[in-house]
Amino acid sequence: MALTPQDIARIANLARLELNPSESERMLTQINGFFDIVEKMRAVDTSGVEPLSHPVAAIQDVALRLREDVASEPDNREANQRSAPAVERGLFLVPKVIE
Amino acid sequence: MALHDLTVAELAARLASKEVSAVEAAKHFLARAKVHESLGAYLATDEDVTLSQARAADERIASGDKAALLGVPMAHKDIFVTRDFPSTAGSKMLEGYRSPFDATVVGKLAAAGVVTLGKLNCDEFAMGSSNENSAFHPVKNPWDTSRIPGGSSGGSAVAVAARLAPATTGTDTGGSIRQPASFCGITGIKPTYGRASRYGMIAFASSLDQAGPMARTAEDCALLLSAMCGPDPDRDSTSLDVPAEDFTASLGASIEGLRIGVPTEFFGEGLSRDVRSAIDAALAEYVKLGAKLVEVSLPRTELAIPVYYIIAPAEASSNLSRFDGVKFGHRAKQYGDLLDMYKKTRAEGFGDEVKRRIMIGTYVLSHGYYDAYYLQAQKIRRMIADDFQQAFRQCDVIAGPVAPTVAWKLGEHGNDPLADYLADIFTLPGSLAGLPGMSIPCGFGAGRMPVGLQLLGNYFAEGRLLNAAHRFQQATDFHLRKPEGY
Repeated sequence: MALTPQDIARIANLARLELNPSESERMLTQINGFFDIVEKMRAVDTSGVEPLSHPVAAIQDVALRLREDVASEPDNREANQRSAPAVERGLFLVPKVIE
Repeated sequence: MALHDLTVAELAARLASKEVSAVEAAKHFLARAKVHESLGAYLATDEDVTLSQARAADERIASGDKAALLGVPMAHKDIFVTRDFPSTAGSKMLEGYRSPFDATVVGKLAAAGVVTLGKLNCDEFAMGSSNENSAFHPVKNPWDTSRIPGGSSGGSAVAVAARLAPATTGTDTGGSIRQPASFCGITGIKPTYGRASRYGMIAFASSLDQAGPMARTAEDCALLLSAMCGPDPDRDSTSLDVPAEDFTASLGASIEGLRIGVPTEFFGEGLSRDVRSAIDAALAEYVKLGAKLVEVSLPRTELAIPVYYIIAPAEASSNLSRFDGVKFGHRAKQYGDLLDMYKKTRAEGFGDEVKRRIMIGTYVLSHGYYDAYYLQAQKIRRMIADDFQQAFRQCDVIAGPVAPTVAWKLGEHGNDPLADYLADIFTLPGSLAGLPGMSIPCGFGAGRMPVGLQLLGNYFAEGRLLNAAHRFQQATDFHLRKPEGY
């Protein structure tokens, strides 16, 4: 099953990436080349196998922990916004979203 | 012996006895970094910051503080965020970015007395096996500057090999500590997934990323890893509740009777002859040291490539969605609406390989494909982890090559990302299983380039790995060799 140029355009849109025509073309060839080696994986019988997300869960139960829902961090707004592209009065500026 | 030829352990002893000051040591390595700037290892240095940290370390020494690494200079892979240096992940997206906090690992090393020399070059967002994916400049291998140093922790490996730092930090997602360590003739270890905090490591693939030290000897790695590990319950939800350990304690233990598993699948057609003969010689050395070789099987070794290159890009596409030109990093100069701003910002800020992985990841997570790709990969991931458990019933550690060949030439893989992916075959299985793994120098191959022996241990068996590596280094001198002119 090979991807088409339309698939590449759709995925690029989902990924919020602007690709120029030559990039899209290259991406199509390379990704299809990659999916050739993925085919082997699709053929493996995995019925009854649980997916593994935390690798150590292969030998013991690993519960992702939650911490208490209390504020633990001090207000560091100024430092946290120092590297922001556009800030005004402590707010992040973006292009107008609602007309 | 020149200051830069000392190991971390030797340097720490001289600092503690005040034979050398932290300021002298820091100045020495900063000067070397400058002289060998053309290797491209460092992305950022700042003499004022480094020397003020060194002066503080000297004061701690003078006041009787006995922290293990007091005054030892180190440099960090630019995947770790640091308050005092820019943190770029090797990407234009984060050019000039200053983090408001230090990564946990950076903080732990600083608490143990480490002085930071600067930040080290790497593949963009740690995605790559050659360091050629750095958005800034490639890194050259000091053993042959026409060759790649490996990746993604290429700058970290070169800084140690060329004596531009006594030790460095690296990160390993699919082999990014072990493979450059092998290609540059140094020692590196990645611990069990969950041992070292990922807080402040710019995330690539969250279920795989681990931090680890890169140095000249197993003893140095043991010292450093002891300082880097430990639970970080409030800041990393995947960090395990396993206490920090003194990995130096068991270094000298006997390896008489140690059962070394040799996976058949690591010695197939794909392994080049020069690497194979260095690995065979290393295994023979272990037999001389009293270890026993046991043949084991990791039948899904080849499947690790597609499984990894589905899981890692899937997680990367999710992690990298934060780079949208709003809160930090690059923003396109010209754009129309918000969506256009996102798309142009990401088009300009990311390099080719990062875009490729974001595309693959987005696709395999998208509606209708998730089960066939991502979930299927995670199921095979468990089968791969189970294969290791099966193998560890017959052996204590597993040994084999780190990579099928020695370091290749800069530009050799050209525009073929698959060539890089396939070269990761021997490091990916251990990464997917989350096992601790090392590379130790064990000989030389084609072009007199270093070859590394990969050692993999069971979960939490870092002490045993380091012990096996240390005993090998007591009996051989590959780890003491250095490239000419450094």
